[in-house]
Amino acid sequence: MNIIEAKQLVHEFFRRDEEGNIEGIQVALNKVDLKVEAGQFISILGHNGSGKSTLAKHINALLTPSDGTLYVDGKDTADSNNELAIRQSAGMVFQNPDNQIIASIVEEDVGFGPENMGVPTDEIWERVERSLKSVGMWKYHAHSPNKLSGGQKQRVAIAGVMAMEPKCIILDEPTAMLDPDGRKEVIKVAHELNRKKGMTVILITHYMEEVVGSDYVYVMDKGKVVMEGEPRDIFSRVDELKSHRMDVPQITLLAHELKKSGLDIPDGILTREELINVLNLG
Amino acid sequence: MSLILDKVSYKYSTGTAYEVTALDQVSLKIEDGQFIGIIGHTGSGKSTLIQHLNGLLKATEGSIYYNGQDIYDKDYDLKDLRTQVGMVFQYPEHQLFETTVFEDVKFGPKNQGLDDKEATLRAYEALRSVGFPEDYYDQSPFELSGGQKRRAAIAGVLAMKPAVLILDEPTAGLDPKGRDEILGLISDMHKKTGNTVILVSHSMEDVANYVDRIIVMNDAKVYMDGTPKEVFGRAKDLEEIGLAVPEVTYLMMELKNRGWNVDVSATTVEEGKNEILKLKGMNA
Repeated sequence: MNIIEAKQLVHEFFRRDEEGNIEGIQVALNKVDLKVEAGQFISILGHNGSGKSTLAKHINALLTPSDGTLYVDGKDTADSNNELAIRQSAGMVFQNPDNQIIASIVEEDVGFGPENMGVPTDEIWERVERSLKSVGMWKYHAHSPNKLSGGQKQRVAIAGVMAMEPKCIILDEPTAMLDPDGRKEVIKVAHELNRKKGMTVILITHYMEEVVGSDYVYVMDKGKVVMEGEPRDIFSRVDELKSHRMDVPQITLLAHELKKSGLDIPDGILTREELINVLNLG
Repeated sequence: MSLILDKVSYKYSTGTAYEVTALDQVSLKIEDGQFIGIIGHTGSGKSTLIQHLNGLLKATEGSIYYNGQDIYDKDYDLKDLRTQVGMVFQYPEHQLFETTVFEDVKFGPKNQGLDDKEATLRAYEALRSVGFPEDYYDQSPFELSGGQKRRAAIAGVLAMKPAVLILDEPTAGLDPKGRDEILGLISDMHKKTGNTVILVSHSMEDVANYVDRIIVMNDAKVYMDGTPKEVFGRAKDLEEIGLAVPEVTYLMMELKNRGWNVDVSATTVEEGKNEILKLKGMNA
């Protein structure tokens, strides 16, 4: 069964003048079709303003469809009675770690979500320990979050979502404000949760290297899904990606350039090893 | 004409158990017209270093000379230094504040004491040089897209015509095209005006593509200082301090390990391509 299913999903923002009259309509999502199966690792790529964050906000019912439908874990997001259930099914981690950590001790921050849901105290502590261990942050459980690095803070934020035991976790550009080490930490944790706990992960990003390990990739531009496929398939379409303000990993680009210079190299090379093998140096 | 740092140290919380040495005996000479990249781990002292260059932080030891003058001399005009050494902070769009883009860009030159006419000319010139669309000059800077806001904010610093331009991660949070556009315009301007540019970056690929000198900071000290080829030729040393070399350089190293005669100092896609074509006996 699909845990997330969008059919012809549309979102319109109204621009208003000073008196509140509608000046214009901006279509942020334009008939988006998207399917995510439980247990998949999905990436959504797109440039600044392509509509990918608007889509993320739909998946946990922060926004609701202007047209079309979106089902999350079998529940219609347009029905406001489903709001809480949807947010428990689909947890969200945002870009800026400093905007989503609220407590003064790491474990209290992680416990905030389940406490809000009315989980019994003993079980809250069990969940806090379990989720902090799953992101490798248990040894900081009694620390103050403001002494942590950006990558560590994002892992605490992920643990906070994990503690609510959602079926699906949406990471909305979780690494945009981190340094290269922090980025690696967060992406590694996301893959581990997917592999070891079977968590469905939706990663929204514009760093190409981060989508290499995904099961399936959607590329968005002007509110539409303009490309979709497995990473290798997506990255073999270098010129098309560039036309959507995207890029490919450096090795893929090098392979593409070599091909253009006349070498016999297949499309969609992702790693150095693959490139060396197809170079046929003997 | 140059910027010289002589054994500059910066310590804070001195005399307490939390004393931190953020810069430790840093000596550097930055010649006019260089395009320099500063790389280093988070907390290595990069940001502390650049904040010394326009006098935002005052060294606890050592001296800094700009064009031969000691900037810590009590007669030295720091305000003047700050208009000559322009700084674009991380996420500079957070500092936009005026009602229109044009007014925002004009604010710097007006503050420098230029009359309205001259400030207006400067603002036009700066906005044009960053490729900002003319239709949006009178728009509120808060209604722009991320990339456009970034351009407007950079234009605000360029309008002061700094002789030295410092940019702290100017592409953070931008999509790949936006990143190439911003770095491209900085590089074009550098070629045209010959100003000094200092770029703080986390991206080894960006640094390899644009700069002619790299300063590597580690643990409050200058760890390496040289051309991209010299610096990226020391992959092991860079990895030891948590940094990396560009992917293309790793590929060259692997080919070399397997006994192929390639230049391991190739850092860009273009250079890598040429090396491989040579191996295959094809002319680049």
